[in-house]
Amino acid sequence: MRGLLKLTWLEIRIFVREPLGFVAAVGIPLAMFLVIGRTVGPGADHSARTTQFLAQDLPLFVSIFISINAALSLIAVISIYREGGILKRLRATPLRPAVILGAHVLVKLVFTGISLVLMPLAGRRLYPVPLHAHVAGFALAVVVTTVAILCMGFVIASMVGIARFAQLIGSAILYPMLVVSGMFVPLSSMPPPLALLGTVLPMSHAVALLRGAWVGAGWLVLLPHLGALALTIATCLALTTRVFRWE
Amino acid sequence: MPPLERPPAPTLDTSPPPPQSAGASGRRVIEVAQLRKLYGSTVAVDDVSFEVFEGEIFGLIGPNGAGKTTTMECIEGVRKADAGRTTVLGLDPARDANALQERIGVQLQQAQLQKRIRVWEAVDLWASLYPRTVDGRALLEQLGLTEKRNASFMSLSGGQKQRLFIALALINDPEVVFLDELTTGLDPQARRAIWDLVNGIRSRGKTVFLTTHLMEEAERLCDRVAIIEHGRLIEMGAPADLVRQHCPERGVVFSSDRDGLAGELERIAGAGSVRVEGATYTVQGRGDDFVTAVIRFIAAHALTVRDFRTVFPTLEDVFLKLTGHVIRG
Repeated sequence: MRGLLKLTWLEIRIFVREPLGFVAAVGIPLAMFLVIGRTVGPGADHSARTTQFLAQDLPLFVSIFISINAALSLIAVISIYREGGILKRLRATPLRPAVILGAHVLVKLVFTGISLVLMPLAGRRLYPVPLHAHVAGFALAVVVTTVAILCMGFVIASMVGIARFAQLIGSAILYPMLVVSGMFVPLSSMPPPLALLGTVLPMSHAVALLRGAWVGAGWLVLLPHLGALALTIATCLALTTRVFRWE
Repeated sequence: MPPLERPPAPTLDTSPPPPQSAGASGRRVIEVAQLRKLYGSTVAVDDVSFEVFEGEIFGLIGPNGAGKTTTMECIEGVRKADAGRTTVLGLDPARDANALQERIGVQLQQAQLQKRIRVWEAVDLWASLYPRTVDGRALLEQLGLTEKRNASFMSLSGGQKQRLFIALALINDPEVVFLDELTTGLDPQARRAIWDLVNGIRSRGKTVFLTTHLMEEAERLCDRVAIIEHGRLIEMGAPADLVRQHCPERGVVFSSDRDGLAGELERIAGAGSVRVEGATYTVQGRGDDFVTAVIRFIAAHALTVRDFRTVFPTLEDVFLKLTGHVIRG
């Protein structure tokens, strides 16, 4: 436990020292949120659709974007650490393998949290519409979805050997999942094969859970999605312990 | 040096007595028997057996790709052997990896740390991982890294990085220290500085197990070496003994204006071949009196000698003799 906290705190400090990484993790989603919000907001019609987009869709999209970014950053870090022999060096200490990887999950959760807290803070004055979310439920949903997406990141990091391609391949897997997730187009208005694909992939459940939690949907509505994501986490962790390469 | 907690010595005693150079106790700290490791269908290490005694510097030497690192990593518990029996400090590296990690210090070949980690942070993290540690500040001081305490890993020179890795390998006051290709890529000056440090580790009573493809390094540092080639151990012993055994010839090289000495030089006691290049004579011979005999010859013939040196064979020559090719990095 002490090793986990120590390593996590150390990795946070190291991450902050890399200005580009920090900007990408926290700055870009925040800027996207504000810029799109401002562009769509003033002067636009106050139709139900626009309001719905600003009050719900955009914040949700940015949240999931932050989680995917965190996973891509995780994939990059893991593959760079592996290529540089850092993972191997850490493993030749009393640190348990799960602690070494777990520290990176915690680091990503911390920065996801920081980004999400900054969003309403910056939005209070700059965002065109007030945000009303069920904070506790939404926070829990964010943790679950982010952990699920990070675990998918571990599987991708296990499969891709070359650090240069890792992030690229990660993007090519995770972003298209978003297209059939119900984020932009509801699954019900998609052609049946695409809708089925979307339902099978974990991203649709991440979106549904976040959306449900945002509006304060009941447990009965959220539970199936929560279960799907728990299954995703369990499957990805099982896969990771089998196929993860330390060098 | 605080007294170390030591497990009982192994009772099984079918092996030869430890060599003179080994530590005073003669306790076996590493025992490897019939070690075998495959990568897919490629045999990386095959039937390798040896022992390392307390307090000695033991070197596994051979060209790159010979199986040195694989052997070492199986012993450290970083890698799992496919067959064979290995014990380190009485522990099984595969089964008791965690217990073993606390009692050994490891420097891995080509390992890096996080680019932006600071020197003190690495030492601090490592120190937090072990139940018993030495003072990190004092360690950095001894290794000449005090001024680099706040430097990031990526700003360190090759020699400084290796010194930091030595510091990390020593932070838990280990009983055995593993050093894999410690000086590869370093300039001669940094290399010599590292050699002094390694000798320093041994003089603190620790056992050092190292790998190198540099024969000079092995000759300078190691009490005993094992030569490994294509995954097999081909010879083992003290460097001087191996040289004496496999390459008993030594050479005397001198330059003289006098021509036609070859025939007479060949008749010197112990002399083998004589080679003449211009004014330079190279006489190969064996026996302790051979060099003296050449000097007597020069005196007896009242030769004016412009240059005189003796050439002794090295581990490099032993390797050439045993394998038929020179060792390459």
